[in-house]
Amino acid sequence: MIEHENAMKIELRFFASLREALKLSQEVLELPETVTTVGDVRSYLRARGGVWADALADGRALRMAFNQELANADTVLTDGGEVAFFPPVTGG
Amino acid sequence: MPIRVQTEDFDFAAELAQLRLANPKIGAVVSFLGTVRDLNDGSSVAQMELEHYPGMTEKALAAIVAQAKQRWEIFDALVIHRIGPLLPLDQIVLVAVTSAHRGDAFAACEYIIDYLKTEAPFWKKEHTDQGARWVDARSSDDEALAKWEQDGLPLPMRESKK
Repeated sequence: MIEHENAMKIELRFFASLREALKLSQEVLELPETVTTVGDVRSYLRARGGVWADALADGRALRMAFNQELANADTVLTDGGEVAFFPPVTGG
Repeated sequence: MPIRVQTEDFDFAAELAQLRLANPKIGAVVSFLGTVRDLNDGSSVAQMELEHYPGMTEKALAAIVAQAKQRWEIFDALVIHRIGPLLPLDQIVLVAVTSAHRGDAFAACEYIIDYLKTEAPFWKKEHTDQGARWVDARSSDDEALAKWEQDGLPLPMRESKK
């Protein structure tokens, strides 16, 4: 239990076709210590397999955001932050 | 810089009047009005649905407008984007810019809509005779950004360039 006391928690958000593929719009995730960047979160979720592995595959053109700003795989996470994954945008 | 994301329709003329009457130094108003087409990629579109990322959408639009204000001499910019279900002919987005002279207003208005289309988190889902489908991003929208990046200024929402 002790190692979990300082574990970071983040909120995950999914949108549009990705939200539909995962059948999930948000989730609170407790991070293992090895997950420190937005790219790490993507890999971590992909390891769940099944639809996660497919929808978050490396080849997929997904955009990522951290705390509601566009991010890249190297963007560093902070506790309580919000990580979002979504397809390229199509507004306007 | 008013930014609104809303389900309800808007009055194009009233919005422009309000914007331009705010300041007697305004000599130019340029606007872009985007509307829903009934045909896309060969399929007839009966209805459209717009999803967005509440919170991030407003931040992204504010950042784009702030960037436009840094680059051009403009007084103000208005962005209204609708969400939810929309029908062909419906108004979907309004970008309007005021300035003393037309050059800055034209450029800033085009800049704002170009970045909105590639950086603001909105997604369109079309209902066609072949069923519902998410609209794919267009490479032409990315290409439209190239002309704004030549002077090396940072993109509004990116923390760092690739």
